[in-house]
This record gives sequence, structure tokens and C-alpha cells, in this order.
Amino acid sequence: MMALRERALVSPRSVPSLPKHVRIQYDPVRQAFAVLSPEKIFWPNDISLDILRRCDGRSTVGHIIAGLAADYDAEQEAVAADVVAFLQEWSDKLLVKL
Amino acid sequence: MSEPLLPPIGMLAELTHRCPLQCPYCSNPLELLKANRELDTQTWLGLFSQAADLGVLQVHLSGGEPTLRRDLEQLIAGLSARGVYTNLITAGVGIAEGRIEAFAEAGLDHLQLSFQGARPATTDRIGNHKGGHEKKLETARRARAAGLPLTINAPIHRHNIEEVPEFIELALSLGAERLEIANVQYAGWALTNRDQLMPERAAVDRQAEIVAAARERLTGIMNIDFVTPDYFAIYPKPCMGGWARDAFMVAPDGTVLPCHAAQTIPSLSFERFGPRSLAEIWTDSPAFNAFRGTDWMQQPCRSCERREIDWGGCRCQAMAIAGDAAATDPACAKSPIHARMAMLIDEAQRAAAIPSNDEQFVYRRIGVVTEPA
Repeated sequence: MMALRERALVSPRSVPSLPKHVRIQYDPVRQAFAVLSPEKIFWPNDISLDILRRCDGRSTVGHIIAGLAADYDAEQEAVAADVVAFLQEWSDKLLVKL
Repeated sequence: MSEPLLPPIGMLAELTHRCPLQCPYCSNPLELLKANRELDTQTWLGLFSQAADLGVLQVHLSGGEPTLRRDLEQLIAGLSARGVYTNLITAGVGIAEGRIEAFAEAGLDHLQLSFQGARPATTDRIGNHKGGHEKKLETARRARAAGLPLTINAPIHRHNIEEVPEFIELALSLGAERLEIANVQYAGWALTNRDQLMPERAAVDRQAEIVAAARERLTGIMNIDFVTPDYFAIYPKPCMGGWARDAFMVAPDGTVLPCHAAQTIPSLSFERFGPRSLAEIWTDSPAFNAFRGTDWMQQPCRSCERREIDWGGCRCQAMAIAGDAAATDPACAKSPIHARMAMLIDEAQRAAAIPSNDEQFVYRRIGVVTEPA
């Protein structure tokens, strides 16, 4: 049962989701959203949180970028570079599934 | 205090000291507690609830072998109901049919499975448990079938350091998301067996290269966490992320400790959950406050630019090697007795070169050692 896995690369058509071992949770003690994973806990800033919340297993990266650009009233191209870099980094750490 | 007291994030719950394996580097204390000293179900559930109130977001359920607790499903469900992330740390032998599925159903978030070797003979010899390797493979398969994310934990020492490439292949073949290549930390039983376990310097260097290359090759495929060997280090590890800074552990009888080996520091006394609440212990316990922050530090730590990176390293290692729990961790190159680490490595190599000594482990068993070594 050798798993032939490959590194996933972000494309506009990728449909990111959070894997089963990762979840976003509000922490009432620290009054902040935490990302919980097997050994590490992350405290994402507002923009990171906005990206992660859109990783719902339905939206493509293209849609996520368009949505964020609209919400932040920013150029799609500028948003795209940041979102792609963020998702690639999180995918490489196996915190986001593409 | 040099910084405000923050709430704890993580907790290691050693539910029991009972274990089917007898690994000679076990991090449990030499004086193991018998089953009749363990907290009951309701007390653990009460403790978990207080931990969640206090700010704990992640609980590692460990032991001994935590699956020997018949109430483990209930304990997982209790944590899960409070939204706490649960990680089960198991040796993966002798888990009854249907239980892994029950853990998953109770809300278990993640399972960490130890392998003492990448080869069956190594696993069975180090754990002193015949057939252990096969059972672990089966546990991994059942965990994956139950949809549980999987980490493979490989404690590394002289007798399996050459198996590191095979550990990587094993973890990949089992579908693990994560592999821990964790060089043994010389506290607890590992300190007793240090001469038998200490790897050679050349093997340590090779290991570092192999892990670095594998991490590169497996980016986005499998995470490899590398716990480097202290005795070969330049800087110490920030043990527990700093003493009583954001995590703690609880022994099977409810004793609340800043780390595994804290009871080896004779000047400290530790409090039990029950007589006192977790919040009281976290905030007020003199043992927790003893090495918090940086005020307790001596030189060279006190004026070191890394003092809030390393937090002085490991207090228990300072105790064991420098004889002073407030000393700089001797793993640090700035420690005045850092050279002693190299001497201890050499001593171990000489001891291991005597054929009759090699592999004469003191296996971890209840009642083997009655006095702390």
C-alpha cells in the first residue's frame, strides 16, 4: 500500500480545503482564532484567516482571489500573488489540501 | 517575573505508567506508579475541563500506554466536547479490535504511533516485546482505515540510527502525514542507559544530512520533525518552550509537573490536582514559578541574547550534569561545562566498545529501580 503521493502545486483551478488534522477554532480565553494541528498551534492574522476560511473544499483558488480582492477593494493581481504564496506554503506544511 | 503569566496552551496527560513495552529510554520516571495510583475517570474528566477553562487547546494523551485505560474513549469524548484538540500517543500493541474506530468516533483528532525500529527485529528487541513490529503495522493500517491522521514517532539512538532512511520509507508506506525523528533525550530511563544508547558522532552527522535531504525531497508530501541530539548540540533546546511558559504535564496520580523529568530536581516539590485546582497550580505553585521567565537565570544565560529563545535550555539536564538546576544547560556551547558533554559521548563510546556491555539495557519495568539513579 505504498502511497504514491506528490507535492501539490497551487493553480487557479486548485480547490483548497483544510485536512482532517487541521481546524480553525475560536479561543475564548485569548479572544482570537487559532489553527490547531498535530503539534503546532498557529495564530493567523486577519488576512490569513480570511484565506483559510475560504478553503472550504468547494471554492477554486481563482474564486478565492476574486472574493478577497472584492472584500479588500484591491487589485486581483496583487492579491493573487499573496494568496498563491500563502497556500503553497501551507500546502507544503500539509496544513492545506489542494 | 520578567513577562506576564500567560495561560497554558498544551498539556501532556500521562494517563498510566503501565505499558506492554520496556523501552530503555522511556521518559517516565524510574519510580513508576502502579495502576492503583492512577486518577479515576471522573477526576481526569474534571481535570480536562479545568484545563480547557484555563486555555489549554491541545492535549496529548500518553503514558505508559494510554490505551490500557479502559475509559480512554470517555476521556477523548470529554476533551472533544470542550473543543480540545486530542493527540493519542501510543505504542500500538495490543489494542483490542474496534477500539481505534471508537477513539475516532469519540472525536480523536490525531494518532501518534511509535516504532522502536524500522526493522521488525529492532522494534521487538528495543521494546522487549516479541511481535511488536507487526502489531504496530496493523495499528497504523487500522488508524488510516478509521480516517485518523497519523504521525510515526521514531526515537533514535545508537541501535537504530542507521535505520533512519528506512524509518522515512516506513512512514511514507504507512501513509503518515508526519514523521518524528526524535533523538533520545537523556532523562528518565534514558539517563540510566545513556552509555548503551549514545550514538557515535559520525552517525549523528550522517543522520542530519539524511534528514535534511529527505525534508527537501518530501516537501508537501510528509512533514519530518527532527529532534536533534542534545549532547552534540551548540545551543540547547528551549525545553517545553520555556519552563511553565505555555505547557505542562500531569502524571498518572495527578501530580502536575512543568516537564517529564521535573521530579529529578530535589529542591522542588510538586502539587497534585484534586487538593488544588489546575489554575492555582499553574499560577502559584512555587515549583512552576522557580524557573519561569528569565529572573532565575545565572550567567551566561542572564545576559545572553538567546535567553528568550532557549529559555536556558533544560533544567533537568542542568541538574543531571551540572548538579545545579539553575545552571545553563550544559548542551549550550556557552556553558562553562559544555566540554563535559563531549566527554560523556566519548565515555559512552568506550563503554559500548566492551562487548559484554553492549545492549545490556536496563529495561523499563515497574519495580526494577527503587531509588532515583
